[in-house]
Amino acid sequence: MTPVLSVRQLEKRFGAVVAADALTLDIPAGQKISLIGANGAGKTTFVNMVTGYLKPDSGTILLDGIDIGRRSPRSVARLGISRSFQIPQLFVELTAAENLTVAISGIGKRMSLRAPAEAQGRRDKAVELLERFGLADLADRPISELAGGVRKLIDIAMALVRRPRLLLLDEPTSGVSAEEKFVTMDRVIHAVAPDAATIVFVEHDMEIVSRYADRVVAFYQGRILADGEPAEVLNNQEVRRYVTGGVR
Amino acid sequence: MRKGLHPLVMIALIAMVTLAGRALPTWTLSLATIAASNALIALGIVVLARTGNVSFGQGLFFAAGGYGVALIANTWGLTDAMAQVIVGAACGGLLGLVIGPLIARYSGIFFGMLTLALSMVFYGALVKSTALGGSDGFNVGRPSLFGMSFTDPREADFMLYAVSVIVTGFAGIAATILFRSEFGLASLAVRENNLRVEYLGLSANRIISINFLIAAIFAGASGAFALMAQRHIDPQFAYWTTSGEFVFVAVLAGNQSVAAVFVASMALELVRSFSNLYLPNTWQLVLGVFLLGVILFLPRGIGSLWIRDRRKRRIPAAATLTAERGAAP
Repeated sequence: MTPVLSVRQLEKRFGAVVAADALTLDIPAGQKISLIGANGAGKTTFVNMVTGYLKPDSGTILLDGIDIGRRSPRSVARLGISRSFQIPQLFVELTAAENLTVAISGIGKRMSLRAPAEAQGRRDKAVELLERFGLADLADRPISELAGGVRKLIDIAMALVRRPRLLLLDEPTSGVSAEEKFVTMDRVIHAVAPDAATIVFVEHDMEIVSRYADRVVAFYQGRILADGEPAEVLNNQEVRRYVTGGVR
Repeated sequence: MRKGLHPLVMIALIAMVTLAGRALPTWTLSLATIAASNALIALGIVVLARTGNVSFGQGLFFAAGGYGVALIANTWGLTDAMAQVIVGAACGGLLGLVIGPLIARYSGIFFGMLTLALSMVFYGALVKSTALGGSDGFNVGRPSLFGMSFTDPREADFMLYAVSVIVTGFAGIAATILFRSEFGLASLAVRENNLRVEYLGLSANRIISINFLIAAIFAGASGAFALMAQRHIDPQFAYWTTSGEFVFVAVLAGNQSVAAVFVASMALELVRSFSNLYLPNTWQLVLGVFLLGVILFLPRGIGSLWIRDRRKRRIPAAATLTAERGAAP
């Protein structure tokens, strides 16, 4: 398969700390890839570089053959990479539907200074997206009133608005109770399915990883320790020693 | 999102307030003209504040509008009140167009201090400029309207009152439409989390720049009104205390209602006038107590008197929701 994202010799240092050490990775279209690793292994740095928040010291990041390594988050988003955040980044004083409406406003070339934000077309689209996550009844609730798990899903829904080529999810089940984590992940996978996006998700929960990922990339001290099918990577001796701590 | 008044109802209100001027005593016409002019510039500050940035230097655009109009009036004899308002708005807008994109990169206190610094640089330049009358400024003639001259002071005051109410009223309608638009919603989003806005493919800087431009246009037009009302201009237009007064009006009004800006501006002018009349030596004290009272009892501004905080309104429902759903959807 042709890679959607192709990363070559990506390097990033913060002083003496090596956050990305010659990372080379191809992400083919349609895959669900999980990035695993201990805290500080370089997963979020990788996501931040791919989405334009951090500029790599060296190396290339190609999205469908276009170099995006020096582009801004806005430019990267417009080219087709969206992300959600470990701590949901929402507009807490706005309602759920208004949050989605702001995201929908970003699709066009120019925003209207006259067209009402609550115009039916935009509202319908916002509610349709919330419906995919089973949250349509919360459309008019301010974010400040909603629970953490709900916020997480709305954060992901906002990332989906642009129908991205590549969707990066930073710990989509963190903060969600053990009983609800599969329900949450099922909803995410179900909601993303219509757009057939390629998904890369950072995850610490190995049950989630083994159930939902087609492929697992294990990070350790800014390097890729292992890359392959979930069973293969999770049984890797080095991964068990440095990443999962022997937990399956 | 709040519905508010329909624009047609607002137009009817503007017509009523304008016609009411015929029945008002002469002294209130001047006061209302100044209040409308201050409301216009404060409205611009509210527009900008919706992006989370407060300008402490709107005097810059106020003075640019005033000086631009005064120079053109004295050089080319442009006396038409509407034309002067347009010229003032254009002068403020042109300056805002240049400064906005540069200043939009900053936020919070840095944004506020930069605007203040720029206005004081302009003030300094005006004071030193002998061609513009230095610290004394210079005078301009009485404005006309559509070829009509007004020699009767009462008629001249009413004309200025009517033009200021109509222009400020229509600016209020434009602001209301803007607040309800998708751009207005995105402006609120910038205030909360501009990085997230960028991740959604929107330019936070562009949103701030456009709001800045609108505020500058309003300030320039307001400068034209102040010039017409006083028929004199001096560097005080750009001084920081002048900018501060406009911020006062914006703070008093809050950012929930366009109408609140007009009410706040009128209330401030009334308090100032009456306290000056009855307590000439301590009027600043009365004004300060009034401001303190509003800040203490209406921390979200005068607009909160008729626009309730929707979060407060929904707390019981929210509590139920959170308890029922827990952390999971």
